[in-house]
Amino acid sequence: MTEEIIIAGFGGQGVLSMGKILAYSGVMQEMEVSWMPSYGPEMRGGTANVTVILSDKRISSPILHEFDTAIILNQQSMDKFEEQVKPGGTLIYDGNGISHHPTRKDITIFRVDATEEAARMRSIKTFNMIVLGGLLKVKPVVKMENVIEGLKKSLPERHHHLIPMNEKAITRGMEIVNTVEV
Amino acid sequence: MRELKLMKGNEAIAHAAIRCGADGYFGYPITPQSEVMETLMAERPWESTGMVVLQAESEIASINMVYGGAGCGKRVLTSSSSPGVSLMQEGLTYLAGSELPCVIVNVVRGGPGLGTIQPAQSDYFQSVKGGGHGDYKLITLAPASVQEMADFVELSFDLAFKYRNPVMILSDGAIGQMMEKVELDEFKPRWTDEYIEQNHKWATMGKKKGDERSVITSVQLDASVQEDFNHKLQAKYREVEENEVRFEKIMCDDADYIFVAYGSSARICQKSIEIARAKGIKVGMLRPITLYPFPVKELQELAKQVKGMLSVELSAGQMVEDVRLAVNGKVPVEHYGRFGGIMHSPGEVVEALEQKIIGE
Amino acid sequence: MADTNTIISPENLVYKKTDVLLDNVMHYCPGCTHGTVHKLIAEVIDEMGIQETTIGIAPVGCAVLAYNYLDIDWQEAAHGRAPALATAVKRLLPNKNVFSYQGDGDLAAIGTAETIHACNRGENIVMVFINNGIYGMTGGQMAPTTLPGMPASTCPAGRDTSHDGMPIKISELLAQLPGTCYVTRQSAHTAANVRKTKKALRKAFENQQANKGTSLVEVVSTCSSGWKMSPVQANKWMEEHMFAYYPLGDMKDE
Repeated sequence: MTEEIIIAGFGGQGVLSMGKILAYSGVMQEMEVSWMPSYGPEMRGGTANVTVILSDKRISSPILHEFDTAIILNQQSMDKFEEQVKPGGTLIYDGNGISHHPTRKDITIFRVDATEEAARMRSIKTFNMIVLGGLLKVKPVVKMENVIEGLKKSLPERHHHLIPMNEKAITRGMEIVNTVEV
Repeated sequence: MRELKLMKGNEAIAHAAIRCGADGYFGYPITPQSEVMETLMAERPWESTGMVVLQAESEIASINMVYGGAGCGKRVLTSSSSPGVSLMQEGLTYLAGSELPCVIVNVVRGGPGLGTIQPAQSDYFQSVKGGGHGDYKLITLAPASVQEMADFVELSFDLAFKYRNPVMILSDGAIGQMMEKVELDEFKPRWTDEYIEQNHKWATMGKKKGDERSVITSVQLDASVQEDFNHKLQAKYREVEENEVRFEKIMCDDADYIFVAYGSSARICQKSIEIARAKGIKVGMLRPITLYPFPVKELQELAKQVKGMLSVELSAGQMVEDVRLAVNGKVPVEHYGRFGGIMHSPGEVVEALEQKIIGE
Repeated sequence: MADTNTIISPENLVYKKTDVLLDNVMHYCPGCTHGTVHKLIAEVIDEMGIQETTIGIAPVGCAVLAYNYLDIDWQEAAHGRAPALATAVKRLLPNKNVFSYQGDGDLAAIGTAETIHACNRGENIVMVFINNGIYGMTGGQMAPTTLPGMPASTCPAGRDTSHDGMPIKISELLAQLPGTCYVTRQSAHTAANVRKTKKALRKAFENQQANKGTSLVEVVSTCSSGWKMSPVQANKWMEEHMFAYYPLGDMKDE
């Protein structure tokens, strides 16, 4: 099993840290992992994206031009990455701020309105965990218990009291993710 | 027991340095390698192993602090990225000229000039052909994973002291910034001053009564003496070329074509091999692990077997010159690579193989 | 009448060259101050009993071969980088005594950044600064400390301050930094001044042993070759002109 995932959105949305938690969850599940950020001036508030690969064998290229799954969190990323999903692959997006919705018919498309839900939960910071919940529902690449272990590993100890809140957000994401018919 | 962690390549350098018993790190911040010093400062090794960590006022100062530390027989390193390593070239030629062992990490970014902060492999010439003035060589290692970033730190110190020569770890922004699983070695103690005094007589540890004094210098005003010294250096480099070539061969046994690639390009090419082989193209890869000394003999052997070679680098074509020199016209050798901070995709590399090598 | 052998018997000994000074013939020009300052450092090292624990950092400039004259461990630095080397040596070997020996081009031009930052960090080292207002080794070019109107091969009509700026008073500048504990300017052209310079050097090494921070001993010097004067004329010119711009004395002693 190899799962090649791109997570793309704005800097500040927690794109890189979501990727890191996913990668750590993979480590907890004894998988091979790689986490490759696109970094640069855009790290400070522009677009940000990270490629996460989870596999049961040695990972070759951490740099990819097509993905099994794209998680898209803003319009610029939609414009760039919708076409880079492999035929038969998966696209998950947050509808907030999206004016041109995905149109491909050869991939499976899901929508998780995490921005809206995070606002409703009065917990903007767990936005990325709601998105992660959406991913784990439609692509259970890592087990929930390993995600919790991954959270423990990637959060500094002083933030460990936030883990139950993050877990709740992941669960909420699993509940609200919907299939989108094109 | 080795410890399993998920971390960036840059962080791995820092942890490996502390664990292998390095005595000192001197550096200056520059993207995309600042995590090396940030990690060291967060780990505070001066409280545990006694390792000195100092933020210098420039890369020029860093490399000269490395010179001072290396002159004392201490295991010292610095890290930087391309523009900073350009500033260090003066120090590097003095280190080579004074035969001082040390480790320099270059997490390469796109140039020339201030360039970009994205990954590149365009400092190959600078690293393996000298960089500074005079006839000298840096032993150059090219890690292709976070694990190798960690493993090559101690290996570099070993090679540096074995040959009394600076060793460059030539990485790039991708390997420095990506996170992978890494197994870290157990902590090893630093060398004691007594150990250094006994084993590295050349080190300036203070002149003991009755001992020869130690003078670390690269100046020799008598040209004939300087020529003799150059002969000695060259003999050392021939020994390095004889003993220290390191490489990895991937799917070469039945290959009609090979990629020659190092570092992050080698990782990309591994995916390209999967894609090409799925299309029925028998391609393999020779991955040089040491860029100097270069795997010349291995390429000459492969030239008897394959129909062509593609040197894949994040540059306008630098290592390709060494591949061509090794192969010496036996088979076509071409270059492919994006540069200036753009990385080629595995698919682009396969297309280049089809167009530039197979298409002929 | 006593013969020569009686006269040179040990009980008549009033002066002896320190063993820290090697017997190599110095390459310095007649009248040059370097030889005197080398001897003073050698004597201080001898008298303090620190020959086995002292590491010198030599510059690029006339004193590039300083390591041929003092019988201690040495490192030869790239031009201007001696304070960076000294920083690392002292931090890695905190129980050793470390000094840099630098000229004005080395310390106050090409190595300004290394000088200022070593002093600013308060590196626990001694810096010996020979200021003769000219580049001696390369043949008499203008230095950062060349006086206004003073001729040099790269300002043959004399330093034009509207073109080249004023000479830099680097010691005054370094005395401003909290990292320096002792900044003094001396000379070595008379017996009295030689004694004062030796005292200053001794104090600088003692400061290092007391972990007080950076000590800088500037020695205003002549360069009769570069100045194109006889040694006697050069000393007179130094007294009249150099001391007016670079007054002798302590700038800081904490």
